[in-house]
Amino acid sequence: MHKSLGRRLSRRGFLAGTGAVAAGVTLAPKFSWGVEEPKLNFYNWDTYIGETTLDDFKGISGINVRMDLFADNDELFAKLKEGNPGYDLIVPTNDYVERMLLAKMLLPINRSLISNFKNIDPVFQDSTFDPGRKYTMPYMWGTQGIGYRKSAVKSVPDSWKVLFESDQYTGRIALLSESGTVLGTAMKYLGYSMNSTDPSQLKQAEELLIKQKPHIKVFAEDNGQDLLLSGEVDLTMEWNGDILQVMEEDDDISYVVPKEGGLLWQDCLCIPVGAPHPENAHKLINYILDAEAGAAIADFIYYATPNKAAKALLSADYTQNPAIFPGEQTLARCESAIYLGVENERIRDETWTRVTAA
Amino acid sequence: MDNWRRNPLVFWFIGLPPTFWLLVFFLIPLGLIWVLSFGEKRGVVEIEITWVLDNYARALDPIYLQIFVKSLWMATATTLICLLVGFPVAFMITFAPARWKPLLLLLIILPFWTNLLIRTYALIAILRTRGYVNFTLEWFWDQSNWVLNLLGLGEMQLLGEKFQPLLLLYNNFAVVFGLVYVFLPFMVLPLYASLDRLDRSYIEASLDLGAGQLRSLFSIVVPLAKAGIFSGVVITFIPALGSFLTPDLLGGTDSLMIANVIERQFKSANDWPFGAALSFILMYATFFALALRAFLAKGSSAMEAG
Repeated sequence: MHKSLGRRLSRRGFLAGTGAVAAGVTLAPKFSWGVEEPKLNFYNWDTYIGETTLDDFKGISGINVRMDLFADNDELFAKLKEGNPGYDLIVPTNDYVERMLLAKMLLPINRSLISNFKNIDPVFQDSTFDPGRKYTMPYMWGTQGIGYRKSAVKSVPDSWKVLFESDQYTGRIALLSESGTVLGTAMKYLGYSMNSTDPSQLKQAEELLIKQKPHIKVFAEDNGQDLLLSGEVDLTMEWNGDILQVMEEDDDISYVVPKEGGLLWQDCLCIPVGAPHPENAHKLINYILDAEAGAAIADFIYYATPNKAAKALLSADYTQNPAIFPGEQTLARCESAIYLGVENERIRDETWTRVTAA
Repeated sequence: MDNWRRNPLVFWFIGLPPTFWLLVFFLIPLGLIWVLSFGEKRGVVEIEITWVLDNYARALDPIYLQIFVKSLWMATATTLICLLVGFPVAFMITFAPARWKPLLLLLIILPFWTNLLIRTYALIAILRTRGYVNFTLEWFWDQSNWVLNLLGLGEMQLLGEKFQPLLLLYNNFAVVFGLVYVFLPFMVLPLYASLDRLDRSYIEASLDLGAGQLRSLFSIVVPLAKAGIFSGVVITFIPALGSFLTPDLLGGTDSLMIANVIERQFKSANDWPFGAALSFILMYATFFALALRAFLAKGSSAMEAG
């Protein structure tokens, strides 16, 4: 069973994905009359759609979907920032949705075309970054926590303390190399909000990290899962999807969201301004939010779906997996990153520079 | 091309495409980045060009200067090691039998056939805790222990209780090692070019007149290869100073180089004006190094003339 290759770029997956795009492009377009030509340009993460979703959609609607892949939100944002090169549907993460909304880069979604909205878990029917869900539909969600090697730890590392303020695992720890999330999580550990802009709280997080540096092996470039798999480190701060990917390969690896809570992310389906086929994009969004189609996607990519109807169709293997769905209590303590504005983003970046240069 | 005045049409025909290329794909984009470095970030995507020097002032903050100095250090160490390793290699190729030379030069160029990213990942597989270097050392450790056991010394655990792998990755050593590995060909090729042109009779004369091997090397070969050494140093130092992939992938928690900061400004930090200012400061530093090279070269040719 081929499952959960992970959403974020793994180089292996990336190459495979490139091949898939090439294969997708060569598909002969099926011609049918409509208001819009039956085409759709989908800009998505690697291995982040069901195995047959796009083909099934084509079978139903006659719309030929061409999918391009991006590696991270920065790439997506940079590509669309200077004008939409022709994409109809994109999948940014919540904090980038905010940036795009601020930059007026998204088109409103016409709710009357999304009959499957009722399938979405009420929790996800509204959001802080897009009040009233005017511009976005939830696609998948997940957490950031600790991936670890079971045989190398004394007990489950269920507190950020083991990564941020402890010499227990000296030289066997990797943290992510992302200014926002590492500083945010350090503040979370200190009992503050992840999105705090209070200079003294940020300072405390900075000092905490600098003090912990001798015990940290590396700030990983989003390859913490590989470091864990190769035995280079025994604990790593990572995205749940990345760890799920290596858990498939190695039974000794596990994932936990620490009890203080961690980063909660949500990827959204959005239609960028300048989309040539917005109506088709609505159709695909509605199709993805269908119970059966949504279940097929979730079962293949193994990320947490916000689609309640789809989740109901899936096995306990998926719905009870703690690396996909953390416990209610932990989840309640998790926080989403919010866009803090030009000035605060700059301060965070400078703080991170000081941490890494120290 | 001394007769270009006589055939201006041919000159323009040949010269126009490269000029056009240089202008459109190099000078204009570079100019845009230069203009951007005087801008101010106003919103998520809005940048206003206000011709302020704030970005440059910010780049002179001690924290960035410290990173600049560190990068200079890493690049200097890389260049020196490349020179020390590259010189004997180039020298050896020069004196190798003629039929071996193309093959040896091919071996120097061969790594370029593989993408830098892939070569860096390969280095990770070699250097990491459970990598080939440590596997080899562990094998030797096991064998030595076996011999010790055979001699009845096993109880004393002379080699320690357990094999301790060397920590070769995720530190500054790994970064310099990676940079040397990447830039060594850049050093060897110009050195070879200048050593190959060297008149062998000078070395023979030096040896005949009683100078030792070392004296001949330092008093005859090195001064004559000066141009090659300068070129090698410059084309190793400049790209080493601007590296970001190697420190990203091989570096530890304190291996930040200035190009990493620049890369981040254009990506996650999304602060293009500041990134542009940092890039231009790096470029000015590079120009300074080139000017220094020209100055030194002038000095040395004046010395030779005198």
